[in-house]
Amino acid sequence: MTVYLSQSFTGISIGAVLLLIALGLSLTFGQMGVINMAHGEFIMAGAYTVYMLQGPISDAGVSLLLALPVAFLVAGAMGALLEWLLIRRLYARPLDTLLVTWGVSLMLQQLARDVFGAPNVHTSSPDWLSGRLTLIGGEDPLTLAYSRLFILGLAVAAVAALTLTLRRTPLGRRMRAVVQHRDLAEASGIATGRVDRLTFFLGSGLAGLAGVALTLVGPIGPTMGTNIIIDAFLVIVVGGIGRLRGAVVAAFALGVLQAVMEYSTTVSVARVTVLIAIVAFLQWRPQGIHTLRTRSLA
Amino acid sequence: MLEITGLTAGYGRTTVLHDVSLAVPGDGVAAVLGHNGAGKSTLLRAVLGLLRPRAGTVLFQGEDITRLPAHRRVRRGLAYVPQGQQSFPQLTALENLRLVADGRRDARAAVDEALDRFPALRAVTARRAGLLSGGQRQQLAIARALITRPRLLLLDEPTEGIQPSVVAEIQETVLGLGASGLSVLLVEQHVAFALRAAERYYVLEAGRVTSSGSRGEGAERAVREALSV
Repeated sequence: MTVYLSQSFTGISIGAVLLLIALGLSLTFGQMGVINMAHGEFIMAGAYTVYMLQGPISDAGVSLLLALPVAFLVAGAMGALLEWLLIRRLYARPLDTLLVTWGVSLMLQQLARDVFGAPNVHTSSPDWLSGRLTLIGGEDPLTLAYSRLFILGLAVAAVAALTLTLRRTPLGRRMRAVVQHRDLAEASGIATGRVDRLTFFLGSGLAGLAGVALTLVGPIGPTMGTNIIIDAFLVIVVGGIGRLRGAVVAAFALGVLQAVMEYSTTVSVARVTVLIAIVAFLQWRPQGIHTLRTRSLA
Repeated sequence: MLEITGLTAGYGRTTVLHDVSLAVPGDGVAAVLGHNGAGKSTLLRAVLGLLRPRAGTVLFQGEDITRLPAHRRVRRGLAYVPQGQQSFPQLTALENLRLVADGRRDARAAVDEALDRFPALRAVTARRAGLLSGGQRQQLAIARALITRPRLLLLDEPTEGIQPSVVAEIQETVLGLGASGLSVLLVEQHVAFALRAAERYYVLEAGRVTSSGSRGEGAERAVREALSV
């Protein structure tokens, strides 16, 4: 029994990482409909931010906490720049956007190789994240790694902050208004171009946060973003495009399914099972878990 | 207040408006009449800046605004109520209003004032705009446009597609706006109502102004004749 509980928690923490990565996409892909293939490289930028900060700041705890806002700003600025330079010129052309951002993704990976070298680099975890919390002791123990708990906490905090921003702030109202009816927003005096850039800044900044979290569970390398970005796109599609609640449910469902299947079979079989489950689910509900309900979409 | 000269505009290869010139007097209402597809809505979109004209100028309070983006025209005092009771469907009615008031020093007062003008909206402020009735959504659309305290309101067929019981109410609102000193450019298909509201009228046919004049004896006949050609 404890084994399944422990696997489920592993799944939840995988889900938390997925959710952190998918949150940024829920804005740029979910809200704005832009398939940004360079999103994974913003994750990488966040991770390298931790690596860079650990140079001058030797205390791993301080550098990790400091990396959270710095990575958010670095990745956010990269996203806003990408939007301003390229994406805003391609809004009605999804295929071109995909190709162009893919090119940017390759360039950023090469840039990382040139600056940091091709091999993976490692960061040190702070002491207070290295232990495990014992929930059930004895012969069949249930323990949770503090680093995983930290990621879970970060994901929960990010979801809460994003929900509050979207629901309660003027910026959130403007972001939702522009997504729902661009012309009407512009006609209501909203500078829609600036709102697009800010949305991109927030979405990319969240990718930076995810990058910081990823340094706690794995190595940092030029292709780390690409490896994980497909899963994040899957979370958004399964969750229902544009629906934050759906993304939360989908991230944890996929994480738990993956972890439980890994325990009872092998990693590859678990992966195949999860992908088949997604294909089957989307056959049944192409619109995802949550959908928009309204009397009029005009 | 508003002076349009030689405006030509369209979508893609199609030209919808051909060399349109018209003027809206200060403190007055001007109406644009015409059949479906005559280019009335396109005219309003071009005046607001949602559509870039190919030729011609738009002067607002003596200043050339032809190249300004729409949101900056709104900040200068233009407001727009589009056709078809449009709203932000997933935002609540209150959010629809606060969205426009955000950033204003008198934001709260402006929203309150808008709700005072349409008391029926007070009961549904927490409901999503997409779930309101057509009449409520049209009131919401007018309220939203008025929050910016515009000098000139562009109104696109305000009573079209509204249940008959609310039409009279909205017509009264439009007449009241004209009487309150706000300039209005009204696009209408109902000739009688348009001529009751407006001092000047323009008839648009296939993207060209074919007839224009002032309210008065014979105006309704002249308009109906122009429209029946």
